[in-house]
Formats: sequence, C-alpha cells, structure tokens
Amino acid sequence: MSQPRQMPGVARSPVGRLAVDWIACSGRGLCAELVPERIGLDEWGYPIIAAEPVTGDLLPHARRAVAACPKLALRLQPS
Amino acid sequence: MNTPQALVEERILTYGTGSGRYRDLGAHLGEHGPVPPTTGAALIKLVDQSGLTGRGGAGFPTARKLAAVAAGTSPVVVANGAEGEPASSKDRILLSYAPHLVLDGLQLACRAVGAGAAYVYVHEGPLVAHMENLVRARARAGVDSVAPTVVAAPARFVSGQETAVVSAINTGRALPAAVPPPVYVKGVDRRPTLIQNVETLAHLALLVRHGASWFRTAGTDREPGTMLCTVGGAVPSPGVVEVPIGTSIGDVLERAGGPSGQLGAVLVGGYHGAWLPAAEATELALSVAGLRDAGASPGAGVLVALGADSCGLVETARAVGYLAQESARQCGPCLNGLPAMANTLGQLAGTHPTRGLVERVHALAATVDKRGACHHPDGTVRLVRSALRVFAAEVRTHHSGRCGATDPRPVLPVPSRTAGR
Repeated sequence: MSQPRQMPGVARSPVGRLAVDWIACSGRGLCAELVPERIGLDEWGYPIIAAEPVTGDLLPHARRAVAACPKLALRLQPS
Repeated sequence: MNTPQALVEERILTYGTGSGRYRDLGAHLGEHGPVPPTTGAALIKLVDQSGLTGRGGAGFPTARKLAAVAAGTSPVVVANGAEGEPASSKDRILLSYAPHLVLDGLQLACRAVGAGAAYVYVHEGPLVAHMENLVRARARAGVDSVAPTVVAAPARFVSGQETAVVSAINTGRALPAAVPPPVYVKGVDRRPTLIQNVETLAHLALLVRHGASWFRTAGTDREPGTMLCTVGGAVPSPGVVEVPIGTSIGDVLERAGGPSGQLGAVLVGGYHGAWLPAAEATELALSVAGLRDAGASPGAGVLVALGADSCGLVETARAVGYLAQESARQCGPCLNGLPAMANTLGQLAGTHPTRGLVERVHALAATVDKRGACHHPDGTVRLVRSALRVFAAEVRTHHSGRCGATDPRPVLPVPSRTAGR
C-alpha cells in the first residue's frame, strides 16, 4: 500500500494562527527557535508573530512550540 | 456657526458645575421623578431603540452589552467611575453633582440583566465616602432593590480597563488580565459581569424616564444623545461641559470660553487619543463617525487645546513618560517598549536631538502596537504616531537646535508619582 499522496496545496493552506498570552510570556524565546518561519523576537526577546497564518507544512513545528513554551503562553488558534 | 445657546443641551448637568452643590435624593427625585418600573427584555429593547453607546471611551452599543450579560447566569453589574485619565474630570464631576442619576442607572442595569449584585467603582479619594453615603441614604429611602458595594479604584491610568476593574474588585489590585474569557462571560466572582461607565448609566436613567425618541432628539442618528467632555489647555474656562454628540470641536471649545490665543493643535480623546492640527480639529464633529477619517475618536470626551506658543513634542514626551510609568508591568513589549519610546521622544523634544530618532520612535511604536493584554500599548502608540504627524515641523525646529515654545508652562496634566507605587 502506498501512502496517500498529499493533495497539492495542503501544505500551503492555513490551519491556524499563533497567539501569545502577553502576561504569561516571559520572553524565553524557545518558540522563535522552533518556528522561525512564523516567530521572530523583538529587541527584548519577546516573540513577534508573523501576520501570515500557520500553514499545514508548519503545523508540527507550531505544535511543538506551543508544547515547549515553559510559561504556557503560546496558543495555536484554529483558523 | 451655531449660536452658543443652540449648543446648550444639558440633560445631566442641568444645574451647571460651578455651584458647588449636588442634589440630594429628595431634590433629585423632585427634578427627575421616580424610576419607571421597566425591566428585563423590555428595558434592553428600549436601550436598543435609543441607540445609547458607552461613554467610557470604547463607544460600544449599550444594548448589546446588556443582552450579552443578560444571557448569563447570576450576573453582576459595575458602575465604572475609575477615570484614570489625568486629563478627564467628567466622571468625577458627574458623581459629585448628579450621582443619583448614576445610581438610578445602576439599578436599571441590574434589572435589565437580572443582576443581584452591584458595585460602584470610583476613583480613590473623597468620592468613595461620598458614594457610600449616598448608597446608605438610598437604602434608608428604600429606592434600591440591589444594594451596591462601593470599591475604590487605584489612581492609575489602566484602572478603568474592564479586566482591571474585575481584578480590583476580586483581588484589590487593578491589573488588566488576558482576554479571553471576556468579562461578560467571567468577571467579578467568576460571574458574567456588565461594566458600564458611570455616564452611560446616567444617560440610561434619563432615557428610561423620557423614552428612546426623546433620547434621540440630541446627537446624531448613529450616535444619539449628549456627552460630557472635559475641555482643558489653552481655554479661559477649562472644565466639564455637556454637548450633543456631533457638535464641532470648535463649538465645544467655545463652551469653555474659546481658544485663549492662536491654537496649534488639539488633543482629541485623551492620552490614548490623537493630536490633530487645530485648524482641522475645530471643523470636525465630535463623534466616532466625524473623527474616523482623521484617525481620531472622541474616547471619553477629553479635549486639550494646545496653544501655538507651546511645544507639542515636549508635551507628548512628558505624557508618554507618564504612560510608560503607568504600564501594569505585566507584558514584556509594554514594560520595555513604552519607556524606550518615552526616552526617545524625550531626546527628540530636547534641543540637541541626534538623527534617526523619528525612525527609532516609529520602529518602537510598530514593536509595541497590539502586543499586550490590554490596549495600553496600542493607545500610547496612537498618541505617539499622531504627534510625529502633527508636530513634524516642530521636529525640524528641534533638529535645528531650537524649540518653538515661547510658553514653557506644561499643558497636559501629569500626576506626580512618589515612591511606594
């Protein structure tokens, strides 16, 4: 049995949006290392979330970043 | 140009603000009559027909807020008179001179949503005892079905933000919280909570007595009624005036005696508002619709006239310094970004600014904008961006080593902070 082929475009379709709980966030910066495609850091080390949504190809990375945040300050909101 | 008489549409401040006396319960009921028995859905429908919007700054339709809270179980109502904005006095004046309209409105709001608990949240200081006395007097007279608890709001800029109001009542500390959940779902005592500005409640008390059509005889179709404005700065009679929404800003300034001299700019909507060039501002209608295209909004009705002999950069730098101190220090971008912005503006407002400071302010503004639990960073950014727009010529003057101000007296009020906060 071959793996079902991924439909073209799924990797690029938006699946959610990253959001920060600013009160909880302490600027550890792990998230930016795990999803550099969507998260940068400001000059104080706090995350800057890109305007673009998380796409299918980035979903595993985004989920890993949400799980890795030591302050539980990162959420992935379904789009 | 309207005549000053045509501008006077006073519903709340019917006896002015200069007499130094407020109406006690007997005089209040003599003037306005008892509160009609309207309740529940009929009351919300009446508010919807009136088109009443919140007077605390956000301008949200009151009926929608009432309906959202009414849908929850055992809700709570809070009359919000925190008024942390240093340039605003309208809530203090309202609570001093016409407090029973607010307390009537609070009872009506409780009836509209089915609340069995109510709070009066007012700026710390003499207002607290004043309101406690009035609540007791009303209890003795048996006019209230829900006995409100009076809570002091810390004299901080963000104390009146909805989540901070809930935090102050629940914990004694007025700290903004992350949303969701919104307060109308989970607020005071984890119950659905309606927070209405005290002026909104006063309008509610009047419109229930006189009807939705009466309410709509002032103001605009989309934004009916009157609003209280605090007019300050370069006017001979600074203070609180009541005007129909949609009155031109020039006419509102006339109510405070008109400009004291040539004006350079007007701060519209307070410290989370925007500077507008005076020539533009005076022609605009004080309403959400009238100010939208200019990038401003009425907010809680604060107008500060800046004379052409004052420096808008110096004023803005001082105000932003204050706003930076007023950060609740919970969110990184606000905690770090506002002081950096204030510091850079301070350099720009000096006489030897280095190159690139304007770009640095813009970059900092972009960095903090919309990156906090509450709107404190966003509001501060709005003020700063408007200053760079309106005072661009002043920036050039400072870069040439001078300041355009011939009158060094500060215009924007900034409370002095001492240790211990």
